[in-house]
Amino acid sequence: MKKGWGLRAYAVIYLAFLYAPILLLPLFAFNDAAIIAFPLSGFSTRWFEQLWTTQALHDALQNSLIIATVTAVLATTLGVCAARAGTLANFPGKSGALGFIMLPLVLPEIVIAVALLIVVRQVFDLELSNLTVIAAHTVICIPFSIAILNGAFQNLDPSFEEAAMDLGETRWGAFRLVILPLVFPGIVSSLLICFIISLDDFVIAQFLTGANPTMPVYIYGLTRFVDALPLIMALGTILVTISITLLVIAEYFRRRGVARAGLKDSGGFL
Amino acid sequence: MTYSPSAAPLIQLRDVHKHYGDYHALRGIDLEIKKGEFFSLLGPSGCGKTTLLRTIAGFEAPSSGSLTIDGRDMAGVAANHRPTNMVFQSYAIFPHLSVAENVGFGLRRDPRSKAEKARAVAESLEMVGLGGYGARAAHALSGGQRQRVALARALILKPKVLLLDEPLSALDKKMRETMQVELIKLQRNVGITFILVTHDQEEALIMSDRIAVMFEGNIAQMADPETMYRRPNSRRVAEFIGKMNLLPATAAMERNRIVVDVAGLGRGAIEPDQAPSGVQPGATTVGIRPETLSILFPGETTDRRLAAGTVDEVVYFGDMTYYDVRIPGVEQPLTISMKNLIGRPVLDVGAVTQVVWDERSLVVLSR
Repeated sequence: MKKGWGLRAYAVIYLAFLYAPILLLPLFAFNDAAIIAFPLSGFSTRWFEQLWTTQALHDALQNSLIIATVTAVLATTLGVCAARAGTLANFPGKSGALGFIMLPLVLPEIVIAVALLIVVRQVFDLELSNLTVIAAHTVICIPFSIAILNGAFQNLDPSFEEAAMDLGETRWGAFRLVILPLVFPGIVSSLLICFIISLDDFVIAQFLTGANPTMPVYIYGLTRFVDALPLIMALGTILVTISITLLVIAEYFRRRGVARAGLKDSGGFL
Repeated sequence: MTYSPSAAPLIQLRDVHKHYGDYHALRGIDLEIKKGEFFSLLGPSGCGKTTLLRTIAGFEAPSSGSLTIDGRDMAGVAANHRPTNMVFQSYAIFPHLSVAENVGFGLRRDPRSKAEKARAVAESLEMVGLGGYGARAAHALSGGQRQRVALARALILKPKVLLLDEPLSALDKKMRETMQVELIKLQRNVGITFILVTHDQEEALIMSDRIAVMFEGNIAQMADPETMYRRPNSRRVAEFIGKMNLLPATAAMERNRIVVDVAGLGRGAIEPDQAPSGVQPGATTVGIRPETLSILFPGETTDRRLAAGTVDEVVYFGDMTYYDVRIPGVEQPLTISMKNLIGRPVLDVGAVTQVVWDERSLVVLSR
């Protein structure tokens, strides 16, 4: 018997537990039956065709894409500022401030959602809309953005900026010509991750969404109708594909950034 | 040591202080550096030498005092507007740019045409021995090559002063020695004032026209390398630069001459320049360099002064042997370096021997 077969088997079972349920999505999405049950009855793309013609779904998708795009840009911009500040010499309360910024990463989403709902409705008395969802998503995305960008910024030689200024550039010129190109892959990576987080989020959107639901909220609404289940499967298949693709692209950019700076890779998402 | 600087100082610091909170990094630096000089700031880590260099570069503002470069007050002048360029300890070669783009980085605001700039870049690379390397990716260079790129990138702007922050500390010994010689040649060719920060006393002695030794934010001594080595003005400088034997002694004035009675060796009259920090009658300390002492080998004779001793330790270096010799009446053994000449044996520990000394090599260190 080969050495280490036990660990190998464990790894296989582990991966199966993780991914087998997801594999069920495309299985039933292409199944020609309205009931989610074995045996499968035949190949069909009719659920996808039905998705194509459902106007409410298109509205939800459009909402989600707008929210995810704006969130990604906002969270990444703020993340760049925070990560940049983190590389500067120590300032009073630096570690405390960075610690608090990372806190939403470990708080239960529902706690954040309820707290934000109270702030929006009771404190500011605002109507729920895409804007409130964007604000909330930005809050939960910032820690991820900072985690990614911190890596990119901390990999930089602190002398780069001074060297550029020594060679005649202004502080902004040094940032634009040297720092930005070197952290650019990190920025792309952060944009993509934030985009996915916002796109996938259900809990916060459920609380803070206005009259127009986001995609996950819309899907949740569908689950009340038994005959809509294959539709959800088809939609899920599409979302999983998009998520994995974006994650792979994000990781590609992160690794390229590490290689460009001529450094050894440490950590990352994939 | 063949520079011929013009009379007016290029760089002038007057009573420069730098505070970081409670930490007093520079404590009243007065310094004048002449045009065309190779000047070294030498000291242990934390002595303020890098802070001083960064103050000249414009990365640190002095808490008080003044700095002028070429007659112009540098207060409020940012690094990008100073006639200085710097070679960083890490070299700070931009990894996303090619070698040529790195070297040409400072020419972005230069009004010359593209072709002229490209020629300047090529010339600059040629000057540091990297002709034809322009298209290479910067992150694929070796340590020595990165340093050359950093030099070319700084010198292409024809600065009045080139600042070098421990530029050789990241290189291995062989490469360091090669680059020391190349830097000296380069400095003579371009005629630009170089200011080098280093903690390596040997490097400072080899390369500099003048050296300032710094301790705790002060300049302890400023002199040319030979004076610095032969006539240190304090025990601390003496021990920081090379190896120095320190012996207790008594000083006295006899018929207008300074006479020192050195423990274990004996009495000798010295010249005034052998006491760079002055001399007071009474107890003092005397320094002797290991190479100015010698061991009298069997069969050799001398008319110099002798002292009997016992070999305590032998360290063989190939070309040299270092002996620690214990002399009755002296607590610390004397370190003596001897060239391993033909027919000269390497003595064993415990050998009884005679130490040859000369009062002309004594230096009185009253501080």
